[in-house]
Amino acid sequence: MENIIKVGMADLNVAVSPFILTTLGLGSCVGVCLYDSIAKVAGMAHIMLPYSMQGKPKINLAKYADTGIELLISEMAKKGAIKSRLVAKLAGGAQMFNFKQENDIIKIGQKNVLACKEILDDLNIRIIAEDTGGNFGRTIELFAEDGRLMIRTIGFGVKQI
Amino acid sequence: MSIGIDDLNTNQLDVLKEIGNIGAGNAITALAKMLNKKVDMSVPKIKILNFKEIPEILGSSDTLIVGILLEVTGDLKGNILFVLDSSSAHSLVNILMGRLDADKAAELDEIEISALKEMGNILAGSYLSALSMLTNLNILPSVPDLCIDMAGAILSVPAIGFGKVGDSVLYIETEFTDGTEKVAGEFFLIPDVDSYETLLSALGVMG
Repeated sequence: MENIIKVGMADLNVAVSPFILTTLGLGSCVGVCLYDSIAKVAGMAHIMLPYSMQGKPKINLAKYADTGIELLISEMAKKGAIKSRLVAKLAGGAQMFNFKQENDIIKIGQKNVLACKEILDDLNIRIIAEDTGGNFGRTIELFAEDGRLMIRTIGFGVKQI
Repeated sequence: MSIGIDDLNTNQLDVLKEIGNIGAGNAITALAKMLNKKVDMSVPKIKILNFKEIPEILGSSDTLIVGILLEVTGDLKGNILFVLDSSSAHSLVNILMGRLDADKAAELDEIEISALKEMGNILAGSYLSALSMLTNLNILPSVPDLCIDMAGAILSVPAIGFGKVGDSVLYIETEFTDGTEKVAGEFFLIPDVDSYETLLSALGVMG
């Protein structure tokens, strides 16, 4: 258990083998997991919102998909990861509540996933696996030794992607 | 220009806190009236937390909790969320159904879930009607939806709502009891980005 590094909400972190990155109870947020299998460097960002607003001077970069993914890549580079070797796995982006008239907060999960995909595509980072959507929370663990991502849910057990 | 919790001055925060007090008081009074029994409430605590700490307010991020969400429309747009840990959810059902010995570790059944939704309706509805009276704004709640899942996942909903305009979340911690069962819950009023201004103007504390 001492090998586990936690990633909070609107937070990101980087780990090298044999460490494990985890984020607990992902709801509409998206866990963006990047991995360099040669350097064995893993990175995880807990993204809350799609795009950072222009002009806000002091923002938490890890909160948004655009600034968060960018920051994650540069933090991973410091540990020896190389951008062209990175692959991505996505988890989360659920819709926790159901309403007929879906407002912004309700649909945000879907928008988050979409934004992450667009940004990763722009950066030429391939998404090799995802477990997104649905209406349930996920706890995820990313293993820096081999890049596997374990996903635990309350109603649907554990799976590996 | 969007306003978030972080941008509010102490005067504005005090007003929001007072609204929280009155709203929660109103909600518990409605509950006591409906049950026709005495319900004691401790003074609600208004908390402002950085959202990094939010998933932990009910224990760990992956604890099972119950969330009841209503949409708010009319002059003020947004959402209202009431969350309880599973022991409090069982206590609330026990209070409502006038029973004592239900197993608190058991999964909630259909009738209990529907009872909780109704509770959410009553509590959120009376909270909003207090807010509506104080502000003269027309505020309409939708039917509630209920979700039982990990704390982090449910609380990501208010965190994201507040996250659009800042890094903090405002919520009201309430505790009430009918003498035997104790319920602890948290209320989140989550105004849409543009509704902060509406709310603060109506309260006479804008700018």
